[in-house]
Amino acid sequence: MLGFIVRRLLIALPTLFLITLMVFSLQLLLPGDPALALAGEERDPAVIEAIREQYHLNDPIPVQYAHWLIAALHGDLGISLRNREPVTSLIVDKLPVTLELAILAMLIALVIGIAAGLVSAIKKGSRWDFGANVVALSGISVPNFWLGIMLILLISVRWGWLPASGYTSPLDSLAQNLEMMIMPAVVLGTAIAGVMMRHTRSAMISAIHADYVRTARAKGLSERVVMLKHALRNALVPVVTMGTLQFGELLSGAVLTEQVFTIPGFGKLIVDAVFNRDYAVVQGVVLFTGTVYILMNLLADLLYYLLNPRLRA
Amino acid sequence: MTLLMALLQRKSVAISLLFILIVVVAALFAPWLAPCDPTQQFFDGLTIEGAPLPPSADFYLGTDLLGRDLLSRIIYGARTSLIIGVVSNGIAVVIGTLVGVTAGFVRGWVGSVLMRFTDLMMSFPALLLAIALAAILHPSLWIVALVIAMVNWVQIARVIHAQTISIAAKDFVAVERTIGAGPLRILFSHLLPHLLPTILVWATLGISTTVLLEATLSFLGVGVQPPMPSWGNIIFESQTYFTSAMWLVLFPGIAIVALSLSFNLVGDALRDELDPTLKGRL
Repeated sequence: MLGFIVRRLLIALPTLFLITLMVFSLQLLLPGDPALALAGEERDPAVIEAIREQYHLNDPIPVQYAHWLIAALHGDLGISLRNREPVTSLIVDKLPVTLELAILAMLIALVIGIAAGLVSAIKKGSRWDFGANVVALSGISVPNFWLGIMLILLISVRWGWLPASGYTSPLDSLAQNLEMMIMPAVVLGTAIAGVMMRHTRSAMISAIHADYVRTARAKGLSERVVMLKHALRNALVPVVTMGTLQFGELLSGAVLTEQVFTIPGFGKLIVDAVFNRDYAVVQGVVLFTGTVYILMNLLADLLYYLLNPRLRA
Repeated sequence: MTLLMALLQRKSVAISLLFILIVVVAALFAPWLAPCDPTQQFFDGLTIEGAPLPPSADFYLGTDLLGRDLLSRIIYGARTSLIIGVVSNGIAVVIGTLVGVTAGFVRGWVGSVLMRFTDLMMSFPALLLAIALAAILHPSLWIVALVIAMVNWVQIARVIHAQTISIAAKDFVAVERTIGAGPLRILFSHLLPHLLPTILVWATLGISTTVLLEATLSFLGVGVQPPMPSWGNIIFESQTYFTSAMWLVLFPGIAIVALSLSFNLVGDALRDELDPTLKGRL
């Protein structure tokens, strides 16, 4: 077990190193002098020189990279050019909002995706199967932002059931928070539900044909027990792993969902930073997501290992 | 030909192919099919208060916030979607295949480096990378096509890589080697023909992803720039109006969904037909 974790960590490290290199070179690609950007209105050469010194801009590039990396390792991702706030605290502020959205969306995706996949695998070739497939394909084919706008038009504007946009912290009012989050979570969840449904279906179909299912049936167990306890439990192994890997998808979706529903989360932070050319924030966010994504990959491997006893032998 | 017949027997695929054909015709013959110039701002295309007009006999799908004919903009928008779909997906397929085949066939350190790089590209959410690139590079039609290609080749490279390794390990390749076939002969007369179905399936499914990504980038304002119409930027431009003029969001959205769904359905059917082991299972 320990050996496995160490081996996986050793594979993850070079990837992480490459990500830091790529994020760092992002700032070299940019046109313009970063010292001038940091100075703002100030045009005094002495001040600009001082900034250059302070941010190590006069050093050779590898040295600059080392300074940057050491600071990043200490949690210092620089300062937002726009509102002068540390990038780290911006990320820490916005993250819980997106995390809540992502968890709600994942719950919706798992419930719909696994249930629909299960039904369509058991009733393969039936109307149920066809219907579930159409829903899954639509989930993949409908752009997230468009579904969001259409839901706002229908549910908020026409029927007035739910608020169209905004955000309230769950600490202030949980009911109001859920009221505002449910629509974005559904929009984000359906896109992933489609993927989950397809994985559950194909994993379930292989499981149904497996020997252990035949054995379970031969023992005289009821179909319900065979399907839920034997087939589904095995089929869920790859599905759970896939779920962890949907993180990137979830984040991309959150960028759009937050934009449409004006939720002040991580995704909106990224889009605003790109539009304001606030590159320190873009860099910090990309570095952060890349790192989290690698950790999620590690977690997926670990889950796979834990859920699949055959790998432990 | 038999493949096409097999595909056409599925009702959903026949409808999808018909729709794709309609979009292709619309894109090719846009100047003759569109009732108006897509950039012309009609004086009578706005209400007295300056709001867009709903669908009517003069403007079949209504007008946009500058008094331009929406139907004409959607027809010309088909060009944008298809150009990006074909060009950027084409580039993605070529890069993905080259990387995947090289990494799977050459193996060794070249293979490791290539696949590690692919992993690295995988580790960024594609949309985030595309937004960052598009923002730095100042978007135009061709830049957007390139940016989408840069993020979309990764998936194809992974699939082709896995497929190449599994085919290269097959007995018939070993037999070829023992009778003295060189690597190039194995590559071109054995590996590539066997990879073709996979490439075809992913090329089709990839167009759907590409169309969606273009629409998404344009919706965020970092994609194709107005006045050139694209289905995504029509929605982007109309954002402030969407509660009072929902046709501006509804029609381009339906076009995006229908095109993306069509390529997905055709791609899925192709996969079923070309890979007999999957038949009836997926």
